Amino acid sequence: MQISKRSQFSLRATTYGLLFLLYMPLLLIFILSFNTASSLTWPPRGFSTRWWSTFLDVESARAALISSTRLALIAMVNAIVLGSMLSFALQRFEFFGKNSLSFLAVLPIALPGIVTGVALRNTFVRFGLDLGFISVIAGHTTFCIVVVHNNVVARLRRISPNLREASADLGANSLQTFRLITWPLVRSSVFAGAILAFALSFDEVVVTTFTAGAGIQTLPQWILNNFSRPNVLPYVTVVATIVMVISLPIAWLAQRLADPPNEKLV
Amino acid sequence: MKSTRKYVALAFAGALTLAACGGSDGASTDSGMTELGAGEGAVNLVAWAGYVENGTTDPAVDWVSGFEKETGCKVNVKIGNTSDEMVELMQSGEYDAVSASGDATLRLIAGGDVAPVNTDLIPNYADVFDDLKNKLWNSKDGVAYGVPHGRGANVLVYNTEAGAAPDSIKAMFEADSPYAGKISVYDAPIYIADAAIYLMATQPDLGITNPYALDQTQFDASIKVLEAQKAIVSQYWSLYTDQQASLEAGSVTLGTSWQVIVNLATANGAKIAATKAKEGATGWSDTWMISSKAKNPNCAYMWLNHIISPQANAGVAEWFGEAPSNAKSCDLTADKNHCSTYHAGETDYWSDVWYWTTPTAECLDGRDVQCVPYTEWVNAWNKVRA
Amino acid sequence: MSLSTSSQIAKHKTQSINRFFASHPRLGLGTLLSGPILWLLVVYVGSLALLVVSAFFGLDEFTGKATTNLTIGNIEEVISESAYRLLVLRSIGIAGAATVICFMLALPVGFYISKLAKPWAKRGLVVAILLPLWAGYLVKAFALRAVFEPGSEFGDGGFLKNTIGWSPGFGYLSVIITLAYLWFPYMFLPIYSGFERLPESLIDASSDLGAGSIRTFFSVMMPMLVPSIAAGSIFTFSLSLGDYITVKIVGGKSQMIGNIIERTLLAPNQPLAAAFTLWPITIMVAYLFVMARLGAFKNL
Repeated sequence: MQISKRSQFSLRATTYGLLFLLYMPLLLIFILSFNTASSLTWPPRGFSTRWWSTFLDVESARAALISSTRLALIAMVNAIVLGSMLSFALQRFEFFGKNSLSFLAVLPIALPGIVTGVALRNTFVRFGLDLGFISVIAGHTTFCIVVVHNNVVARLRRISPNLREASADLGANSLQTFRLITWPLVRSSVFAGAILAFALSFDEVVVTTFTAGAGIQTLPQWILNNFSRPNVLPYVTVVATIVMVISLPIAWLAQRLADPPNEKLV
Repeated sequence: MKSTRKYVALAFAGALTLAACGGSDGASTDSGMTELGAGEGAVNLVAWAGYVENGTTDPAVDWVSGFEKETGCKVNVKIGNTSDEMVELMQSGEYDAVSASGDATLRLIAGGDVAPVNTDLIPNYADVFDDLKNKLWNSKDGVAYGVPHGRGANVLVYNTEAGAAPDSIKAMFEADSPYAGKISVYDAPIYIADAAIYLMATQPDLGITNPYALDQTQFDASIKVLEAQKAIVSQYWSLYTDQQASLEAGSVTLGTSWQVIVNLATANGAKIAATKAKEGATGWSDTWMISSKAKNPNCAYMWLNHIISPQANAGVAEWFGEAPSNAKSCDLTADKNHCSTYHAGETDYWSDVWYWTTPTAECLDGRDVQCVPYTEWVNAWNKVRA
Repeated sequence: MSLSTSSQIAKHKTQSINRFFASHPRLGLGTLLSGPILWLLVVYVGSLALLVVSAFFGLDEFTGKATTNLTIGNIEEVISESAYRLLVLRSIGIAGAATVICFMLALPVGFYISKLAKPWAKRGLVVAILLPLWAGYLVKAFALRAVFEPGSEFGDGGFLKNTIGWSPGFGYLSVIITLAYLWFPYMFLPIYSGFERLPESLIDASSDLGAGSIRTFFSVMMPMLVPSIAAGSIFTFSLSLGDYITVKIVGGKSQMIGNIIERTLLAPNQPLAAAFTLWPITIMVAYLFVMARLGAFKNL
């Protein structure tokens, strides 16, 4: 496709300009983590490493980080299992209500978090289930299923059914076919979906707010708590910076897994 | 967890009676426990965030570890997000004590979920400010149902460079206010009471005697005031950081605020000051109560005594940003001016503070008419804000 | 039992399970579906149904609990009140505007990264766009608050005011920009994947047939991208429509439907809150139907 130098330049400028806009607020967060003042306001009032050097003393932040990680991991595993099952069923079989089911899978992410949160909370309370860690996991799993499902089903669509048939013709049973043919082809999409599910769960506020019982505090809730309760605010910028740095390699990995450049699928 | 502060606000907005409307004078009759035994080794609390700090938020903020060491009662705390949740938790019978707000206390007492408190077993109770004792929201028929934890007033914060210092709530409501367009309003249904206080001063014909006991006519008038106020408001705040940042940047020059926000913004260089409007103000006060099914009543009593002890009460009051309930706390605050900043012992200051109370259909001021209940307040506020 | 016999038995079992499923494919389907169905249909849709039902419940004023006295008062209230209808329309407008901004940016950027960027730069660029997703939504919203702060003659403005001397202040505009900022990666990803899937041969054929790049873009590529765009818009639109925290942080005095739901729920007036949720539920289900028509579900 022929594109004039001028259009190429303006497209490139748009892309890098957008990246600049995307990162400017993140840079601000980083700078403000060295602010002497205790508020998230620009311009910073002075330079201080106080928040960084005392961060490790804030046990509640670490506890929240651990709690969020644990929650996201469990929700992710649930989503892998349920999302993959759904993908295989939808891809392999024709059955009544198939379209409604794929509609259903999208619903938890398409409906606003407050609706999902309120609905689940209402149900748990009505059936006398305690709001606690389990109820948050249930909430997160619900909207994470779709992420894994989307990734896996997209990959399955690109795998030719001929591969499975050939495998069966060569005498492999369905488990062997799965282990030797299908799994290696979908593996990376499961991982990519899983990482997205983790990210989604890790940063979720609204569903957590409504499904968490007393005593559960995830990282986003800890942050929101900080915005609502005076005194510990600047640590929020420190935590945000740390999480970003940690997630850089994870995001890279997710991207690598999402587009398998050398796998011929069809 | 949502805005803790906001929940506290909503909570206070709960279902109780009114401070200014007076308390029963009777001395607390002894009931419930008659003497304290040995600690059971643990105590399970339901509390607002910031009320029970054991050093995990900030190692310097800890009034729990010492108590545990001293009494052998391990403190387990469940942070409640709403008064509703707190009532539910207390109904489960799993907890020994609760930091209940204005609305929860009445429901807990009426439901038999909390027991009368024998204040003789709580030596520090003697030092609690008298104008917090035996009020309608923490006692019944002259029997104390808990110990007062602390209190705060919703102050009028203003930019000191934006004009002469305001002293009247009118500056918040009138179109010709010098602060018009830079006004910050607390975003909660209970704020309707502020409009009622304004009407008490400006339209005495309406006959409002209590901003939480509004009949339909009075209520409609208050809502009209709030509708008109929208034009001069620049911010409705529910996260304290939101208002603090605006005060520092000068994009807000007048607002309803909390003393703690004023202090934090001032520390960051904001040129602001705070006052209580001469017409009076809304405010809050909390109570620690003991479950009627407490499994660890001795430890619970020890905790109640501890949390209103001068040292712990000073710690909580400073961390949470409110006036302590114990008179002796004032000597122990890290900031020696804490009590004067928060007007802890000034009876006059609190005399026209209308503590947050949930409006009920039965008028709180005893009038024989239908009052507008809290759910209607919420609906009306939703419409004002929509 | 020796180890080898037990493994033989296990193997035998596996084979018989295999054979069983091979001869009963429906059962395989049933097994695969049971988990997700149980979760999505029973737990989730069941909860939604209960929520809708609870919108018809009355309220015990004193305890704040729902009663089973059926009423349509709640539904009437949320539909007939013009202030609420206006709020719903405004929320749709905000979510729509944020979605359009995301789309307008994701299209050229997705095209550039997919078709023009050097192969070595490609993955880096994609990761760079997705990385902000990890920074935490609340923190980003507050960072943008520091960007938009208008300040006044009595104090410093925020980042924009300081650098370019102008700021949108706090209001609907800042809410729209913030939502677009927060959810952009969700629009970018499907559009980028859509571009990636476009066969080069098709584009070449178009230019071989004499179509200019603009014509190729709009007549050949765009129609094939519609499902991707629809898929991306589901995310940006729904995430924006339901948001109630962003608007608290950068909204000044503005308000969205989510704020009303939250406030009513905490009142506590669960039945009325449930009635309010019927608005976003209806809007999103309708939106999903339209997007499904456009093929969005094949490209999420």
